[in-house]
Amino acid sequence: MTTLALVAPLGVPLVAAGVSMWLRHHRTAQRTITVLVLLDGLVAGVRLVLATDGATVATAVGNWPDGLAIVFAADRFTALMVTVAAGMALLAVTFAIARGEDDHDLFHPAVAVLVGGVSAAFLTADLFNLFVAFEVMLMASYLLLTLRGGREQVRAGAVYVTVNLLASTVFLFGVGLTYAAVGTVNLGELAALPSRAPTATIGVGLVMLAAGVKASLVPLHGWLPRAYVHAGPAVTALFSGLLTKAGVVVLYRLASVVMDGAPAARPWWLFIAMATMVIGVLGAVGRGDVRGILSFHMVSQVGYLILPLGIWTVAGTTAGIVYLVQYIFVKGALFIAGGTAETLAGTGRLAELGGMLRTRPAVAMAFLFPALALAGLPPSSGFVGKFLLVLAAFDAGALVAGDVAVVVSLFTLLSMVKIWNGVFWGEPSERVAREPAATRFAIAVPAGGAGDEEPAPGPRPAPLHRGRVLAMCGPALLVGVATIALGIGASWLIGLAEPAALSLHEPATYIEAVLQP
Amino acid sequence: MIPALIVGTLAAGGTYLILQRGLVRVALGFVLLGHAATTLLLTAGGLTTREIPFVGADGPTPEMADPLPQAFALTAIVISFAITAFLLTLAFRGRDVLGHDDVEAELEPDEESP
Repeated sequence: MTTLALVAPLGVPLVAAGVSMWLRHHRTAQRTITVLVLLDGLVAGVRLVLATDGATVATAVGNWPDGLAIVFAADRFTALMVTVAAGMALLAVTFAIARGEDDHDLFHPAVAVLVGGVSAAFLTADLFNLFVAFEVMLMASYLLLTLRGGREQVRAGAVYVTVNLLASTVFLFGVGLTYAAVGTVNLGELAALPSRAPTATIGVGLVMLAAGVKASLVPLHGWLPRAYVHAGPAVTALFSGLLTKAGVVVLYRLASVVMDGAPAARPWWLFIAMATMVIGVLGAVGRGDVRGILSFHMVSQVGYLILPLGIWTVAGTTAGIVYLVQYIFVKGALFIAGGTAETLAGTGRLAELGGMLRTRPAVAMAFLFPALALAGLPPSSGFVGKFLLVLAAFDAGALVAGDVAVVVSLFTLLSMVKIWNGVFWGEPSERVAREPAATRFAIAVPAGGAGDEEPAPGPRPAPLHRGRVLAMCGPALLVGVATIALGIGASWLIGLAEPAALSLHEPATYIEAVLQP
Repeated sequence: MIPALIVGTLAAGGTYLILQRGLVRVALGFVLLGHAATTLLLTAGGLTTREIPFVGADGPTPEMADPLPQAFALTAIVISFAITAFLLTLAFRGRDVLGHDDVEAELEPDEESP
């Protein structure tokens, strides 16, 4: 039973990817499979969440003896992340289907592989399997990024692939050095490594460096805004929810289990968190296209997510997990709403957009509430997350970091207002009024954040049906409602996150479960 | 000592190549780096025990090689093979759509909006 529950979140998507590949000429069948798989992932995740209240479930696949078996383990933190990943993927895939972006034989198999790889990265309790899970996930993401094979995709793909491949190689070096030093890569056996085998921390340090590249920490962030804007809008939404967050989750896990909270590294984590927040948000202020701004914000928000590593109190980690869970949906929703606007107008350049509040009020609403949550305004869930985080930072004496987090929130609000003014406010611009790309967007997906479709000459095409627009931005509307609900009923989310934070701070149960699955 | 030199030389060559502009050279650089990592993994298992890592009827022997790094290396080789293939495909596609594999070159003015 436990084995099935733990292996299903990665096994089902991988098998489904194969079936989906086989049915590649039947789009409806592929769509059904992907949606069913993600619903299954959601159910499996919720069941894990229910099973991990203060406990850790673990399994050794195939009943091999200790040290040889592949161990998968889930505590509350893992279970929450598996659930959130499946949920976000479901929203992004709904958007992709409504938008017609999945009109490629390999789209659905790649999404399934991506979800399987991400779940495996969350669940594995072994450094080498973590490497394999990352590779599975990245391979699918390389494919999704370059699916359309245009000039911009090749250029963005080259940057993305080389940077991530270099990080993976560093990761592999780290795994090798760790094994050479202590003869194991099982997370349970690596517990509290700095006090037992100081040299082995070099290997784990390299692994954390590689995870830092995937999480896009400053100064390792340059690839993200360059690559993500050139993927399709739905793919960007999917990546934003799953990829960088997997890096963050691995950093949390390694800091907790292996590095014992890393007391010596805490000032450095605070410094990196602050640099990431500030540089990300300044980059966003300088961009003039919807997804460019949102991509830089992804960098900035990672700063908030790793702030708990510098604080390292239970309150701080709880705040970090609350923030992480709601932020994944919020950022995905923003990409979905922005992507819908981009799809309709055929461009993401703010200068050519405007007035969409009048022509498509649903899209404006879909953007508004997640934007408020990202900036951290009450009564959204983003406010709760940021408030708890800043409070924990002040309580732990990290005064500067807390102040920086507040100031960066103001700049976040500034760039959300910039998108709002550029896309939704004012008189409808030429492109917004004509919606040139709307009639043929299923085939010609606007390229990148700096979209490039000229308004089609000739008579004005029939406007896109409201139902379809609603289907595209529906996931974002749903998230908007949820952020407000979670902002008001935040104690429920905090109650879910607290056992997760406790499990990270006192990893004894996790370690024991991993050692004796 | 010798494995360290091998890993170092491979890593140095790989690093030089991935700092080049052309995507094919970058791909070759990653091949070298991948070999460096694989060699490191194998070295991590110890080089003094070289018997085949099969547990016979008499149980494990002292000369038996550590099977785990071999499994690691095998997996890493498969993965780096797949990614090398992907990078080369990307370079090939780059030649089609850009006319060269120097993906960092500025786009020609008429290429700005594909």
